[in-house]
Amino acid sequence: MNDETKKTIYRNMLRIRRFEEQIFEVYTGGLMHGLAHLYIGEEAVAVGVCSALRDDDYITSTHRGHGHCVAKGGNLDQMMAEVLGRVTGYCRGKGGSMHIADMSLGILGANGIVGGGFGIATGAALSAKLRKTDQVAVCFFGDGASNQGVFFEVMNTASIWDLPVVYVCENNQYGEYTATDSVTAGDTIADRAKPFGIPSSTIDGNDVVIVHETAAAAVAGAREGKGPTLIECMTYRHRGHHVGDPGDGYRSEEERQAWQDKDPITTFRARLVDEGIDAEDLDGIDAAVQEEVADAVESAAGAPYPDVEEATHHVFA
Amino acid sequence: MSSPEREITFGEAVKEAIATEMRRDELVILMGEDVGAAGSVFKILLGLHEEFGPDRVIDTPIAEAGYVGLGVGAALTGMRPIVDIMFGDFMALAMDQIVNQAAKLRYMSGGQATVPLTIRATMGAGRSSAAQHSQSLHAWASHIPGLKVVVPSTPADVLGLFPTAVRDDNPVLFFEDKMMYAVKGTAPETVDPIPFGVADVKREGSDVTLIATSSMVLVAFAAAETLADDGISCEIVDPRTMVPLDTDTLVQSASKTGHAVIIDEGCRSFGVGAELASVVYEGAFDYLDAPIVRLGAMDVPVPFTKPLEDATIPNETDVVRAVKEMLG
Ligand SMILES: Cc1ncc(C[n+]2csc(CCOP(=O)(O)OP(=O)(O)O)c2C)c(N)n1
Ligand SMILES: [Mg+2]
Repeated sequence: MNDETKKTIYRNMLRIRRFEEQIFEVYTGGLMHGLAHLYIGEEAVAVGVCSALRDDDYITSTHRGHGHCVAKGGNLDQMMAEVLGRVTGYCRGKGGSMHIADMSLGILGANGIVGGGFGIATGAALSAKLRKTDQVAVCFFGDGASNQGVFFEVMNTASIWDLPVVYVCENNQYGEYTATDSVTAGDTIADRAKPFGIPSSTIDGNDVVIVHETAAAAVAGAREGKGPTLIECMTYRHRGHHVGDPGDGYRSEEERQAWQDKDPITTFRARLVDEGIDAEDLDGIDAAVQEEVADAVESAAGAPYPDVEEATHHVFA
Repeated sequence: MSSPEREITFGEAVKEAIATEMRRDELVILMGEDVGAAGSVFKILLGLHEEFGPDRVIDTPIAEAGYVGLGVGAALTGMRPIVDIMFGDFMALAMDQIVNQAAKLRYMSGGQATVPLTIRATMGAGRSSAAQHSQSLHAWASHIPGLKVVVPSTPADVLGLFPTAVRDDNPVLFFEDKMMYAVKGTAPETVDPIPFGVADVKREGSDVTLIATSSMVLVAFAAAETLADDGISCEIVDPRTMVPLDTDTLVQSASKTGHAVIIDEGCRSFGVGAELASVVYEGAFDYLDAPIVRLGAMDVPVPFTKPLEDATIPNETDVVRAVKEMLG
């Protein structure tokens, strides 16, 4: 990884972090309706994986989807406007936080249904294979989603048809307020790929370099026709399940602190400085990102809501 | 004689009704996502897990098809499970279990099987939760023979109808509008079970019948107040259960007033409003002075942004306008 790549990765993780921090601000400031699920603490997964993708590759995202969208090249102005329900947003305000999509970037949509992306990602992989485009599809999903039956249906299908799909599990150890191990059988989620003959691994999802390298190998294999892979990334959400949940109560203070200490951004930054990258450069990146995010809030807050007539648009193509 | 009245929210009524049935019958269990220590994502079930423990208040994996199916199997073999579908939209994931299994086992087995399963599901828009967390899908269930369908509008009705659901020997869908959880109402200290298929005349009137379901009853009340100022007297009829449906009360009221407006939060087309309108036409045709008006959600997925979301759901203004146009 050269210095430029490292800085890009650092920058993209920060874009997610600062974006999400601003979402919390606009939520508490009463500027946004509804809720949003923040990605803070899990940035290394989205950025590590998406930095291994081509622009024309596909991803499916989740209810906790802002990070995936940013990492795949999403535009912060349009994202923020969507979260604020404005007509300038990605979905003209009709989707909101849980449904941001940018089809032109291969972002096939965040999803309000836990496990909603399994079929779509696998279908995109089928399409890429049949159209012989050598595109790859990545399916992001949570530990909680790994208990949906459709996960097993698509793994079976992807395996027998050698589909170019990478299943990326973000194991943040909770589904809402329930600890994963209390509702999830087996030692690891990676193990679930084994009976289908799908290669899998469990990795440190807070180490963006490991995530990137693991994803790059899986994506390369998929592109060459070697079929699906499952990557389980161990990580943690620093905040609550959504902006309205303080995130304590069901998670111990020690546990939260331990993961805070493994913050994917601060650890990566320390590593970059160790490797000789100028700390001032990194501060400069942060300052620029903060400005980008502030601009996004400003432009979104100043944008209009869609006209009421728009309610009936786009029901059909 | 009725016991003294007290104030209670819709959400508290749901919890109290569940607790009462669980105390009464050990075979009643509650299963769903985050129904345990978390007390549901709406926090209305807090305390049940402590009282009844993890064997009877069970956190399930996120696997709707699986745990609703478990509910069917447990019901078939002697339990009286209550399963919780956090957002009614997720019913879609469990539809085979509900429609092809629970609803039909009794019939297909020639009367051998009994499936005393209660499926609680939320409904209703209004929280800026967008298209996959806001639908009102009670028409789906009402279309399937073998399912009973309850759409309560007040805490007192929850307290009366929920025990009937649990004690019924058939699968029952119990729809709770999540926008009403915090709404207060009065209820007697102890409530007798309310039989299914008995509509409630929530307000008596003489000029027009407003037939409203679930949270639309509140909309009807607001409209009735406004219309009263203009000297228009509204009767509000709440069917309370879609299946079985109390056609007599609907027909009687519409025959008396000669006018009917139907208000339901499901999508207007092919929905509950169409069925209720037909029932009233069939029974009250000779007494109607104007075509029935049915108000429902716009035939669109529920949009996220507030101004659009608000526009898709029937509100007080829509009802007032409909009544005034109807009465000329
Ligand atoms: C089909 C379905 N069931 C339940 C929910 C409610 N829900 C939203 S997020 C969530 C937890 C998901 O956990 P996980 O997959 O681990 O993702 P995380 O939130 O931890 O990122 C649940 C149960 C939903 N949105 N969709
Ligand atoms: Mg999780």
